Amino acid sequence: MNALLISAVMGVLMMFSSFMLKSKSAVRNVALAGMFLILVANILDTYGWHLFNIPTEGMMHFDRFSLFFNSIAFACTFIFFLLSARDMEKVGINYAEYFSLIFFILCGIVLVASFQSLLILFLGIEIISIPLYILTGSDKRNLKSNEASLKYFLLGSFSTGIMLMGITLLYGHAGSFDITVLIKAGEKPSSLAIAGLLMLLFAMAFKVSAAPFHFWTPDVYDGAPTVFTSFMATIVKAAAFIGFMRLFSTAFYSLHDQWQMVIAIITALTLLIGNITAVFQQSIKRMLAYSSISQAGFMMLALFALNGTATEGLFLYVAAYSLATIGVFAVLIKMKDYTFEGFNGFARHHPFLAAVNTVFLLSLAGIPLTAGFLAKFYMLKAAVEAGGFLWLVIFAVLMAAVSVYYYFRVIQAMYFKEGDAPVSMEVSRPFQWVLGVLAFLIILLGVFPNALLYWFYF
Amino acid sequence: MLSMALFTIGIVGVLTRRNAIIIFMCIELMLNAVNLLLVAFSKMHHLQLLSTNAAAGSEGQLFVFFIMVVAAAEVAVGLAIIVMMYRNIHSVDINFLNRLKN
Repeated sequence: MNALLISAVMGVLMMFSSFMLKSKSAVRNVALAGMFLILVANILDTYGWHLFNIPTEGMMHFDRFSLFFNSIAFACTFIFFLLSARDMEKVGINYAEYFSLIFFILCGIVLVASFQSLLILFLGIEIISIPLYILTGSDKRNLKSNEASLKYFLLGSFSTGIMLMGITLLYGHAGSFDITVLIKAGEKPSSLAIAGLLMLLFAMAFKVSAAPFHFWTPDVYDGAPTVFTSFMATIVKAAAFIGFMRLFSTAFYSLHDQWQMVIAIITALTLLIGNITAVFQQSIKRMLAYSSISQAGFMMLALFALNGTATEGLFLYVAAYSLATIGVFAVLIKMKDYTFEGFNGFARHHPFLAAVNTVFLLSLAGIPLTAGFLAKFYMLKAAVEAGGFLWLVIFAVLMAAVSVYYYFRVIQAMYFKEGDAPVSMEVSRPFQWVLGVLAFLIILLGVFPNALLYWFYF
Repeated sequence: MLSMALFTIGIVGVLTRRNAIIIFMCIELMLNAVNLLLVAFSKMHHLQLLSTNAAAGSEGQLFVFFIMVVAAAEVAVGLAIIVMMYRNIHSVDINFLNRLKN
């Protein structure tokens, strides 16, 4: 609750700061301070220090699951601000408004992570989506950005329509939007409930860009300004997954048999399409878009399994994936040329950046000693424990092997190819420090995953 | 029944038309179909549970208001995006959306 209210207030405050504060660095500092405040408030909330006492019974439920995820998301956003806030200046003139929109998105993330009524889920998803449409199109003169924004908007609101239809059909079946009522109603499923469940499943699959509904992802991620792609591909996607997980582990748990097969097929398709298409990409930005689809496939394994390991694994995966992807994007933003050739000889000119970038890419590929490896391991373990679908696990391992190819192409370009790797702007010292800390965190989580998971229980 | 027909018209419209504004209208049609269905279900549950709970089914109507608010916000953003597009390419035809592919 703390975080929700503070981030809403921060959003409004940032809008005012656009004309109250003259210099951009002042705006940036306000945003950073606000982000830090939200993170601290959320951690206080976790340990019983509620700054506001508002009854949200039947609408939202702030349990450990949601509060812990919020902390991860806020920490990632804080790191994102530290790394990339300076680069937002290049997108357009409305510098403070971009921050304000991001704070509003964070409100939506809190709602999605802690909903108890489908109404709040719907509101949360919309509060995330609508500012994202704007951020995608924020580069107003750039035709690619326009196209991406329009495409995202049309497909996004179409999927919202489908989702609303699903919610309505479930309401027709159960007579309530409350997920505790839905669990009981699910024990005697009717055709209405199944149809509603499937529609909701498809709409959520769209939001997390799972396979048959992934068409928008590469175009939107490619067209959006790179700073915002970094935010969209990590924190927002993670939030959508947490909402998905919360929905299916509570409301639809009693219908488990009906949807498990569907989820298994979606997972396999997502892994296949994401990984195979990523191999053929020339632009690293587009490759990262496809890689985010394939990583979504791995996160779908948690949804498929839905046991204790899956919950822990999802948190670890979300943290590992977000940190690594934010890092890779932060380096990518500094480059002039987004193709693989643009990275030729990068290691010679910027040895430190190349080294941390390698750590991020290794983590995404799932090489041992990085967080990505353990995250993938937890996912596969959860899927094996769920039982019965061994082919899916074997398939996921094969696809992880494929993914090594395209991540290593970047490393190969950085270290083993000749070139001058043009960088479009200078790299400041604090930026390097933050990247170094990020890489350290990833290795730390890869060696001691309990450093993160411990906080889930205590 | 009626709302299902409306919803289907909306979906078919979105999938077949090429004009961004018309697609947008079809999406609104889908949302309104949902509103209609929600009100119908709300009435149904109200009649079913009237004896035990006088306020039964009011949730559905509450939801309708939220959908209206969100739809209005979406219209504002969506039209702005379409106008921005129109300023750059002087067309609202979505066939222009293929440039990102290559």
